[in-house]
Amino acid sequence: MKQFGFATSKSRTIEYEKINSALISYIVENEPSFSSCMSCGSCTATCSAANLTFFNIRRLNMQIRLGEFENIRQEIDKCMLCGKCLLVCPRGINTRNVIMLIKKGLVTFNLVE
Amino acid sequence: MKPIDSETKHTWNVYQKDIANDNFYYARSCIRQNFFPASEHMFLHILRNVLGKHVYDDPNHTTCTGIGYHSDIVPFETIQTVVARHFSLMTEAGLENIAISCVTSFGIYTEILDTWHHFPEQLEQTREFLYKATKREFNLPKTIAHTSDIIYKFRHEIAEKSTYSLVNIETGNPLQAVEHIGCHYAKMFPNKGIGGAEFPQVLSGMIQAWGGNVVDYPERRHCCGFGFRNYLVQANRGYSISNTQKKLESMKPYNPDFILTNCPGCAMFIDKWQYTISEMEGKTYDAHGYGIPVLTYEELAGLVLGINPWDLGLQIHQIQSDRLLQKIGIPYDSTMKYTDSKGNALPKPNVPTYILQ
Amino acid sequence: MIDVIIIGAGIAGIDTACNLHDAGYDVLVLEKEKSMGGNVQHWSTLFPSKRNAHEVISYYTEQVRKRGITMYLNTFVNSIKKQDDGSFEIHTSREVSFKCKSVIIATGYSLFNAQRKEEYGYGIYSHVLTSADLEKHWQKQSAEFVSPTQKPLNKVAFIHCVGSRDEKSGNHYCSKVCCVTAVKQAITLKQQSPHTQVFCFYMDLRMYGPGFEEMYREAQEKWGIQFIRGRLSEVAEHIDGSLQLKAEDTLSARPFKISVDMLVLMVGMESQKSTAMFAESCNITCASNRFIQPLDHHLQPNATNVEGLFTAGACIGPLSVFDTLNHSKSATLAVTSYLK
Repeated sequence: MKQFGFATSKSRTIEYEKINSALISYIVENEPSFSSCMSCGSCTATCSAANLTFFNIRRLNMQIRLGEFENIRQEIDKCMLCGKCLLVCPRGINTRNVIMLIKKGLVTFNLVE
Repeated sequence: MKPIDSETKHTWNVYQKDIANDNFYYARSCIRQNFFPASEHMFLHILRNVLGKHVYDDPNHTTCTGIGYHSDIVPFETIQTVVARHFSLMTEAGLENIAISCVTSFGIYTEILDTWHHFPEQLEQTREFLYKATKREFNLPKTIAHTSDIIYKFRHEIAEKSTYSLVNIETGNPLQAVEHIGCHYAKMFPNKGIGGAEFPQVLSGMIQAWGGNVVDYPERRHCCGFGFRNYLVQANRGYSISNTQKKLESMKPYNPDFILTNCPGCAMFIDKWQYTISEMEGKTYDAHGYGIPVLTYEELAGLVLGINPWDLGLQIHQIQSDRLLQKIGIPYDSTMKYTDSKGNALPKPNVPTYILQ
Repeated sequence: MIDVIIIGAGIAGIDTACNLHDAGYDVLVLEKEKSMGGNVQHWSTLFPSKRNAHEVISYYTEQVRKRGITMYLNTFVNSIKKQDDGSFEIHTSREVSFKCKSVIIATGYSLFNAQRKEEYGYGIYSHVLTSADLEKHWQKQSAEFVSPTQKPLNKVAFIHCVGSRDEKSGNHYCSKVCCVTAVKQAITLKQQSPHTQVFCFYMDLRMYGPGFEEMYREAQEKWGIQFIRGRLSEVAEHIDGSLQLKAEDTLSARPFKISVDMLVLMVGMESQKSTAMFAESCNITCASNRFIQPLDHHLQPNATNVEGLFTAGACIGPLSVFDTLNHSKSATLAVTSYLK
């Protein structure tokens, strides 16, 4: 292949049809409250880990919906399971269970090494 | 619910513009003469000799400096003054209808006229700058049209005088065409484009009038990726080529017979990037490994009018049109492809690795 | 001389007419269309209860019939002239003009013409519908929606704010009811076609009324409707006839592309053009959204700057059926106290 000094860029567009929805389906099935998230961010605002690292539980929800699993394993380990997010969630989502389900789901669906 | 037929596709009718019938001042493009050398000549030929119109091709006319302007090199005051000088030349020639060959220039002229409309002090300042620099004065044009607007206006007259139509002679079916409109044709000022910015009619109207079928592919409205500074800096060209690639991927399933464009940048990039993508990734966008020919509207008009393809400069394009000519049934002499007007042999281009010739 | 002339026989006009009649006033209703009921007569169900809109229309038809209220249909009001004695003269498409002591404008709204958002392809792609088209379909047949292409509906998207909160369309304001209507329609579609995946593209979800938030939550949890925060930028057709939508998933800060089999545009409300005509003929002040400006939003929500001329319903701005009927009831009180 010829070199031109530049290369085509990978599209950043999310293409819904290409999303791997195995993990989100698994979580919603086992913790239906997860689907009522309205992305308010109060979980992240109060999160012990989010105040010290890039861990962001609201964004985690988005990433899982979009089937992006890179770094998720690493991210999830930052959670201290303190449960403060569960206390503040206006929709009463069992975020602790969500975290546990993500851990389980990643292995079940072979989404991480 | 009743399916909506083509009769109801009327939105574009709202966008009509005043295009003069005759007496044009021709504002040439700086890059078209290099990339598609016969296109501007063909515009003049069609207008003058086929349609019997008066067009003044002024040797004193210069670049509009649009590429410099869009690359942050030429200041707005400067480009306004350059455009004012062209208006002054037009005024001097006793003309008031400007016909602009380049979509970038068309966008520039339109933007400047709109600026002067909203900020008359800018017009006054420009008059002063031009007078101080050249002692010239000018009138504003009565009508401003891109040259594709003018060909569109006379598309039926061209059809009447045509030798060929855009129909596959073997199958009898209309050729499948895709069109790409330069962003600065109507995306800045939708009411200055025929059909507006979302469903422009300027090129599709020509294709239909000359017997072809237009395909509305999903990324039709997407930019070709030229973007001026995105192309001018080599390291940024990845953005540019990726946009063209997105369009090519989107049109591929329709197996288009050709691509029609009205913008110098678009025509060049959609043509040349097909080569670059093929050399980078081994991909071609024609079902049989040939590329998709990219034509200007003057070249297409020239083809239906029966003008020799080599006089139209089709051999200068990256993607060769031989197969398209065969489909339409236009006879051509391959041996004459690379000869000049006196019959002397010109150097032959290298053969690409992947794109079949 | 008639006590009150009510312009518009939608639910606001009829409700006011009935209440004023019951209070002992002589009323006349003028309606430009050939039937009474206004916009609601073209709607299938009303949120949040999903009651049949026809029930509301038949209720009011019966009220008008029982009272023997005079109503002129097919009567277009051309102008309203205030007389020196404070009364009004109304000129219409009929030959005679009408004199009255006070006027209630109850002309409601018209729906945004979705063709003006060209990039959404309404009127160009056959499977792009408006919220109103969908209601009309459901009104005629409660059966499952069949796509115009006769293909199964695998994915359907609802687009909020079409012609609302959009200065490019000339409408900077929120139409209030479209968010909840989208949720209502999305749920109805899911009920009829449980295998269809349904998406709502929104900028903000304005679930302001009683029962609305509950519907939103039901949509998420019970029906798995997906809410994507981002405004649709462009619609195009694929070779298989499905529609390609481009938006941003703003919560992920990335462009988002999806193919759907049907697209529903939640068209907003605009001031009736005819309202602008009366407004001009007797100098009624209109707000920047072109709806009639109430004299005092809190204390005199039905009065206008013209004494004796009142409003009822959505001619003052987008209102739900619930809000419209509250506004028409306060119009009755305002007129009663004016005529005393």
